[in-house]
Amino acid sequence: MPSTPPSVDDVLAALTARVGSLETSVSRGQTRVVVPESLAFDAFAWLKEQGFDLLVDVTCVDYLEYKAAKHRYGLVYLLASTATNQRLTIRVFLDDPDPSTRSVVPLWKAANWLEREVWDLFGIRFTGHPDLRRLVMPEEFTAHPLRKDYPLQGRGERHNFPVLTRDHS
Amino acid sequence: MSIATADFGTSGPEAGARSEDYLWTLNFGPQHPATHTTLRIVLKLDGERVVDAMPEMGYLHSGFEKLGEHLTFNQYVTVTDRMNYISPMANNVAWHHAVETLLGIELTPRCAYIRTIIAELARISDHLLSNGAVGLDTGAFTFFLYAFYQREVIYDIFETLCGARFTNSYTRVGGVSQDFTPLVIEKIRSFLKTFPKTLEDMERLLTRNRIFVDRTKGVGVLTKEEAINRGATGPVARGSGVTRDLRKDEPYLAYGDLDFQVCCATAGDCYARYLVRMQEMRESLRLVAQALENLPAGDIDVSIDQRVARPTKQQVYSSIEGTISHFELSMANRGFEVPHEESYAAIEAPNGELGFYIAGDGNETAYRARCRPPSVLHFALFPQLIRGHTLSDVVAVLGSLNIIAAELDR
Repeated sequence: MPSTPPSVDDVLAALTARVGSLETSVSRGQTRVVVPESLAFDAFAWLKEQGFDLLVDVTCVDYLEYKAAKHRYGLVYLLASTATNQRLTIRVFLDDPDPSTRSVVPLWKAANWLEREVWDLFGIRFTGHPDLRRLVMPEEFTAHPLRKDYPLQGRGERHNFPVLTRDHS
Repeated sequence: MSIATADFGTSGPEAGARSEDYLWTLNFGPQHPATHTTLRIVLKLDGERVVDAMPEMGYLHSGFEKLGEHLTFNQYVTVTDRMNYISPMANNVAWHHAVETLLGIELTPRCAYIRTIIAELARISDHLLSNGAVGLDTGAFTFFLYAFYQREVIYDIFETLCGARFTNSYTRVGGVSQDFTPLVIEKIRSFLKTFPKTLEDMERLLTRNRIFVDRTKGVGVLTKEEAINRGATGPVARGSGVTRDLRKDEPYLAYGDLDFQVCCATAGDCYARYLVRMQEMRESLRLVAQALENLPAGDIDVSIDQRVARPTKQQVYSSIEGTISHFELSMANRGFEVPHEESYAAIEAPNGELGFYIAGDGNETAYRARCRPPSVLHFALFPQLIRGHTLSDVVAVLGSLNIIAAELDR
């Protein structure tokens, strides 16, 4: 490893040189990069090689009611480096009718359950995920409750949950 | 339910074992004294040996993140209490740390020190319970009682501080709800005096206890590469030789001013995680002592036009400004200005990196309040750690990961 690690800006410049110009912004000292969905996996693979070895979180924001939003879903990948303690936020925007992207489980195993949770609560499909099942909601559940068009008090699914008997559990 | 017959998709090379008839399935949880919380593990056993495990969660899912989109920043702190309920103060600090990062609020020095002290006390109480529970599950009941007695003392400190023992809801945006009184400081001082003695007793009871060492050493080994790749943080990662500690790496609150060491071990087994937690309690004590002796004077709340901070009762009843701001805090669109921005901020919670990703849309309510719970990533580690060990090791590994189901499911 070099004695002085490259700054996040250098990493971004190199990333831009590889995949083309990217929309970046800085807020509260956090650097965010918007990567197009088609280039995302390659960008992640490259960033992992550059030392971003820790996938802190994968989450999503539903921009249905957000002012001046261009896309419906915004995935958030929080990367960090355990060696240099740099952080980088990658945004990948997706739209209906088929919000899906490539899974990053081959790169970071931490993504396994995090992506399952995003699938469960937002209905975003991760292609190539080894085990894309619901994580926190019951298997019989059909909606994706963290979407903005899902009401806070639900749609009455609880009344239709199957009743388990001693013989059929 | 189809869980028992579900495909053990994570098993990989062991997939061939699926057709073996002699394997039997054991359902561990969701109601079992040794899970300590409501979670479920479906174990595939070959005699006593665990061939594979499939963790299942969601039994306590109550939509905390959805609630975060409907409760204001100050109201939501009551929900964070109920996430990791064995160290609620740390969750309070994490939530408002994230909110203040989004709003760009600088805390007063006194508030930063107070939050540091309570976060470290929360760390001690968490480690007491998690180490105590490991002891309990491996047969050391006395050790557990020693640990739990000291948790009572910390509960008493919190009760004197804010009136609540368990669900504290102590922090506010830009401040805390109550200032330290001389009685609180007195109680923390006496805790600082008495606790090292108990800690020594605890170490003498268990650290070199043959039974305990045999049950935990070499059990549930997590390598450094695996720990990083699987997103482990906190004592679990530090037990595997990852030196990451946000208190040192990204100093927040008052940690930049204080002298402490990051505790690490390299073995990566249950015993290493136990040692890291024991040592972290000593470092936390040092931190509390330093912060308490250097506690700055001054306000506990920031005063941005008296808006963000809650006015004191004295101000509410005796000045028109205080009354106005008191009412403004409960009126829509009269509180603080929230940018159309998104930000992530994390603290080193007792269990690992506890962060909140908040999207603001101009309202006092978060547009999206994502909690990054360390427990989820640690519970996902479980099959990896238990494979090849015996059934009795399940509780040792589970205890050393310190899974809190309320934080797991949110």
